[in-house]
Amino acid sequence: MADLRTNLCGIELSNPVIPASGTFGYGYEFAELYDINILGTFSFKGTTKDPRFGNPGPRIAETPSGMLNAVGLQNPGVDKVISEELPKLRKVFNKKVMANVSGFSVEDYVYTCSRLDECDGIGWLEVNISCPNVHGGGISFGTSPEAAEKVTKAVKNAVKKPVIVKLSPNVTDIVSVAKACEDAGADGLSLINTLMGMRINLKTRKPIIKNVTGGLSGPAILPVALRMVYQVTQAVSVPVVGMGGISSAEDVIEMMLAGACAVEVGAANLIDPMACKNIIDQLPAVMEKYGIKNLKDIIGGAHNG
Amino acid sequence: MKQGIFEIISNGPLTENVFKMALCGDTSAITGPGQFVNIKLDGLYLRRPISVCDLEGDILTLIYKVVGKGTEQMSKMKSGGLDILSGLGNGYDMSAAGENPLLIGGGVGVPPLYLLAKRLRAAGKSVAVVMGFNTSSEIFYEDEFKALGCDVTVTTVDGSYGIKGFVTSALPEKYSYVYTCGPEPMLKAVYGAIKTSGQFSFEERMGCGFGACMGCSCETVTGYKRICRDGPVLMKEEIKWRT
Repeated sequence: MADLRTNLCGIELSNPVIPASGTFGYGYEFAELYDINILGTFSFKGTTKDPRFGNPGPRIAETPSGMLNAVGLQNPGVDKVISEELPKLRKVFNKKVMANVSGFSVEDYVYTCSRLDECDGIGWLEVNISCPNVHGGGISFGTSPEAAEKVTKAVKNAVKKPVIVKLSPNVTDIVSVAKACEDAGADGLSLINTLMGMRINLKTRKPIIKNVTGGLSGPAILPVALRMVYQVTQAVSVPVVGMGGISSAEDVIEMMLAGACAVEVGAANLIDPMACKNIIDQLPAVMEKYGIKNLKDIIGGAHNG
Repeated sequence: MKQGIFEIISNGPLTENVFKMALCGDTSAITGPGQFVNIKLDGLYLRRPISVCDLEGDILTLIYKVVGKGTEQMSKMKSGGLDILSGLGNGYDMSAAGENPLLIGGGVGVPPLYLLAKRLRAAGKSVAVVMGFNTSSEIFYEDEFKALGCDVTVTTVDGSYGIKGFVTSALPEKYSYVYTCGPEPMLKAVYGAIKTSGQFSFEERMGCGFGACMGCSCETVTGYKRICRDGPVLMKEEIKWRT
């Protein structure tokens, strides 16, 4: 019998599959199609202190084996997330959920995290310091070790729940940012957020995305994500959630061999709303094929020594 | 919303760039006119959203214009199965129609009005249709709407057929309500020209097509709406035009 269980910052997951923030809403749309309680957990839509519409459209463009998005953190703000979305979410999901948080200042992050820290049913705070689609916030905290350390420290001092810092791949040295977060007290890390990219419409000769640039996700970025998870997990000892282009049970195993203790699945949910269910259903057979009895045993299996 | 495989029954051109595809599959998730389906195509990452033109039992008809790689690939298919998400979007609300509703379509905005016209006729309504095209060679479905018993007016921008000009130059005197679909400049012109309330169907680049990614959100008088999930049909009173 294949053992799919894994552990994320002291909370056991029935399996390592976690829909990534921004690709799963608050779960309702997917709950129409399958019982989402089969998921390890899921990371709900990024939450900010104040409501945000996000960027003007078009926000989406197709790419070879992937897509660009520049949604820009559309969300109803932390008050409404707590008063309206979480009660609805609880009706379709009874496990601990992951709250994803973004901000434009250290105070923003602390405020939003503190509010969500008080909510029952939230297991982890995923602090997004890597959104490439908003100006003057998000990624500006994720591109220098010093800024990442400052946010992480401030949030850790304000909350009780485990803090997972979500890192950007749009940096020269992701390991130094990862180490800075670990030193500042992060309980875990998740990586990678999207890679900044763009596409141009040949007819109009203008960028397809109104924001000009967007974040690249999908199978195209899997090799970059694997490389970064591999490098970061060699350098830190906190648990790492791996993500970037995962679309199959084989991809999950590959990401765990690279060092991830769990995985987030993003763009695949948008193409196939049953993607996470299919991955979970197929994991036991794929594990058997590769002689894996217990998923925990393979974490970091690709590392030397 | 439902995911399933639909088998292609027929597929062929109506005009140089506009094609009609008939498919057979589980249509039970489609609740009414004005909804769309989202189609997975080999080698392309994002699905292609196409409006539902007609629905009869398990037969689904789509009319689409070849505008890029996806629709070009679709236009060459003769048979086989397509992975389709169906029952997407809110669709038109027929309860507001009144006795003599006016349907206004522009180009490939015409197809979703067909099932609406059919259902309105079945409900005993007197239906007027104004269809706008650029030129006579681009016209399709005029006879199909007439066969439903609709009062059909065609406009062409170049005057090569019907009334010369835009749809707004051919609006009838009396109508109880308006349903429309077409390019945004046409919708905006219709918005300014009609005397009653109405429902407007919008188009936008979509990520998922079912409300998860917020890729197609727009601002409305009543708050943010996802074109794919809370739309594509918006009430006239809630529309906020982009400047």
